[in-house]
Amino acid sequence: MPLGRKTSGPGGGARGRGGDDKKTDGKGGQRRGLFRRRKVCKFCADKIDDINYKDVKLLTGFVPERGKVLPRRISGTCAKHQRGLRIAIVRARQIALLPYASD
Amino acid sequence: MQRTYELVYIMRPDSTEQQVADLHSQVEAIVSRMGGTIGEKSEAAQAFSGRRRMAYEIGKHKEGLYVLEVLHGDGALVHELDRRLKVTEGLLRHLVVRIDESQEKVDRARTKRTEESRRRRVARGLPPDRQPGEGPQGEDSDDSGDDYMEGEA
Repeated sequence: MPLGRKTSGPGGGARGRGGDDKKTDGKGGQRRGLFRRRKVCKFCADKIDDINYKDVKLLTGFVPERGKVLPRRISGTCAKHQRGLRIAIVRARQIALLPYASD
Repeated sequence: MQRTYELVYIMRPDSTEQQVADLHSQVEAIVSRMGGTIGEKSEAAQAFSGRRRMAYEIGKHKEGLYVLEVLHGDGALVHELDRRLKVTEGLLRHLVVRIDESQEKVDRARTKRTEESRRRRVARGLPPDRQPGEGPQGEDSDDSGDDYMEGEA
């Protein structure tokens, strides 16, 4: 990946040409004026190695109201950790720690 | 082949202590008959076990008595245990998960991280471990994420 194109710069310089920014979410046009915070995988940032299905407190943060798994594009979780997260959530559902569906 | 498993089961909330103890000894009997052993109850297991509210109702019950056990044994043991637990009265749910592999992975990741952190600190001329009162970072912090923001400008 060419380094220069990784993200828009921290200043306002990149705003005018947000369209060529590959790292944005594809609807850069609408959000050009907004400040986009760079999403970071919680598990990488907090150095959580073990995504355990018994850790309800941690998992509920990734299970919104409806009971579905929060997608990566929202949470910013990296692929590796999203995989572990999914497994943990599925296990937690089996023993009624998390809902399959709510509402 | 010896492996480590974790067994979680949920008993009906109206079970007596006698019933809980009975089921525990039943599990123990199956495990030892199949040539396995039951691991010590860790503190985390103690904290997890007990009465808690379930995320959904199981057979009209809103609460459940959770019990967690750690087992050492082979696949046949899990098979037999699973079969028996399925037909056990007073049991709402059970789940057996293999934990030796994932535990190993976690340990490896942790050692790798601390070693990397030490290596970097030594390279910077610092003592390998964090000193008390050093910087604002948390104590489990290291520098491995530093190059993350490079190439931004």
